[in-house]
Amino acid sequence: MSDDVAVGGRTRGMGEIVEVEGKATITAPFGQTLAEMGRERPEIVGLTADMGRYSDILPFRDAHPERFFNVGMAEQNLLMVAAGLAKVGKIAYCTTYSVFITRRAYDFVAIACAHSKANVKIFAGMPGLMNGYGATHQATEDINMMRGIADLSIIDPCDAVEFRQVVRAVADIPGTVYVRNLRGKVPIELPEDYVFTFGKASELRRGDGRIGIISTGYMSARALDAARNTAAEGHDVSILHVSTIKPFDATGVLDFARRHDRLILAENHKTTGGLATLVTEALYDAGLLRPTIRIGLADGFFECGSQEYLEAKYGVDLPRFERAIRDGV
Amino acid sequence: MPISNHPPSEPDMTALRTHAHNLRRTMMAMASGKGEGYIAQGLAIADCLAAIYFYELRHDPARPDWSDRDRFLLSTGHYSIAMYAVLAEAGYLAKEELPSYGLNGSSLPMSTFDETVGVEIVGGSLGHGLGQAVGMAVGLRLDGSSARIFCEFSDGELQEGSTWEAAMGASTFKCDNVVALVDCNGIQADGPVTVAIEPVADKLTAFGWDTVEINGNDMDALVAALAGAREKNERPKAIVMRTTPGFGVPTLVSRERAHFVRVRDDEWDFLKEELEKEYV
Repeated sequence: MSDDVAVGGRTRGMGEIVEVEGKATITAPFGQTLAEMGRERPEIVGLTADMGRYSDILPFRDAHPERFFNVGMAEQNLLMVAAGLAKVGKIAYCTTYSVFITRRAYDFVAIACAHSKANVKIFAGMPGLMNGYGATHQATEDINMMRGIADLSIIDPCDAVEFRQVVRAVADIPGTVYVRNLRGKVPIELPEDYVFTFGKASELRRGDGRIGIISTGYMSARALDAARNTAAEGHDVSILHVSTIKPFDATGVLDFARRHDRLILAENHKTTGGLATLVTEALYDAGLLRPTIRIGLADGFFECGSQEYLEAKYGVDLPRFERAIRDGV
Repeated sequence: MPISNHPPSEPDMTALRTHAHNLRRTMMAMASGKGEGYIAQGLAIADCLAAIYFYELRHDPARPDWSDRDRFLLSTGHYSIAMYAVLAEAGYLAKEELPSYGLNGSSLPMSTFDETVGVEIVGGSLGHGLGQAVGMAVGLRLDGSSARIFCEFSDGELQEGSTWEAAMGASTFKCDNVVALVDCNGIQADGPVTVAIEPVADKLTAFGWDTVEINGNDMDALVAALAGAREKNERPKAIVMRTTPGFGVPTLVSRERAHFVRVRDDEWDFLKEELEKEYV
């Protein structure tokens, strides 16, 4: 962790909409897309545990109030009610913060939902350092926890382009799906013709074979920025975006790894138990050795602050990517 | 087989008592020679299950996936012996399958999974039933269905916070199509229920439920309570049933009240005789 980060700015309000400098954005892609889907598919229902405002599901509530259920601050019940709805034929989109789904309601995700292959689509809010309210609100080990549950799919989308497709796609992915939610003004990072394919990693950029970044979530957007910023210096970086964490596309990852001299593994998550661990397991099992740098969070509980402050302090910001590319550390 | 119990008819009390006895007889056969298990809880819940499946529940064993069926959720997955007995009695399961109960590789495992025909949820991780009942209830209501959800759970499960989250939810969402069947048998894993959960009925009433408290081994009381739980008044219904573990077999009733009752192999014939003597 870096201690030389200046204290400045402030912790943002819980539901504050943050302007994204220099990027086109889409506002509330989750709720907007879900509201559209609700018009087409009457079996879609929406739920929250007192986090409607902060998860962007309110456009669905406003469009389909009879199909919206706020269970209050009762995350175990959120998952149970969602499972019950699914078991009578509904597709239950439910949302609250990632921490409350994973740490508080784990057994209910595993048994009430996943074990029954219930059509529950969990949109887990503000994962990793996206939340400025400290360790109580920051799901920094959620992928690690959720990958341990059988019959549960996990998706960590990059940007608004992909996320809107994910919101639609999960309705037809059988069983329970855990999606790391993107809320507020969500940047457009990927090309308009990007196609999300469940279970498949996507090569966003093909470089010269020296450095390959394997990343997930919005860290793939950061990897794209870092690749652009370092291109003039002669670095020609490849980027493999692994949005589906489970089932893990080991074949795609190994194919990518074989074509690169060294790898940078990046995620908005601890460096243990998430993407980096999955990649390392796949490489080891295949007997494929590559020098790797892990960009992610060290083990610990993290403090309050703005996302920029936290990302700089804990070493997942753009300069961290650029250093990894330039200096190999 | 025609749809059962729809519309509700006058109860045939003799037939219901016979079904309850059949369930006990079936459970004794299933448990026989298996050393220890949940026979005491199974015997205690037999009257309730007979009243549900042969009087109150709108269901069709020939169509277990019928979308308009009433649902019975067994939250206490360890009461599986009773669940399988009643599913066989009602015609969901072949009676020939029952002896495999609890054996390795059996399709009738010690704890209930929803792969078994007629089993609606994965029970066993306690505190999972009532919230799913609420979800099913609001979902069926959205579809305009008149189906109801009967959710059994135990006094021990009242120690799980999730049960109270669900109790609040049922009231909030005005689930008058949910009927909670609270099996207060007074035991949990470590012995007698020791945590201060009483007064159960008053607590549920305070949570917005229409609540009655009955002797859960009294068929007349069960039938009356179930008939009284049909009102469409936007309030969920709870029947707090005081049951006696081992009911119907006096020697088991007299044993230490334990989660797992232990029975020696040479005792079963005597206990089965006791059951028959009690049923007159």
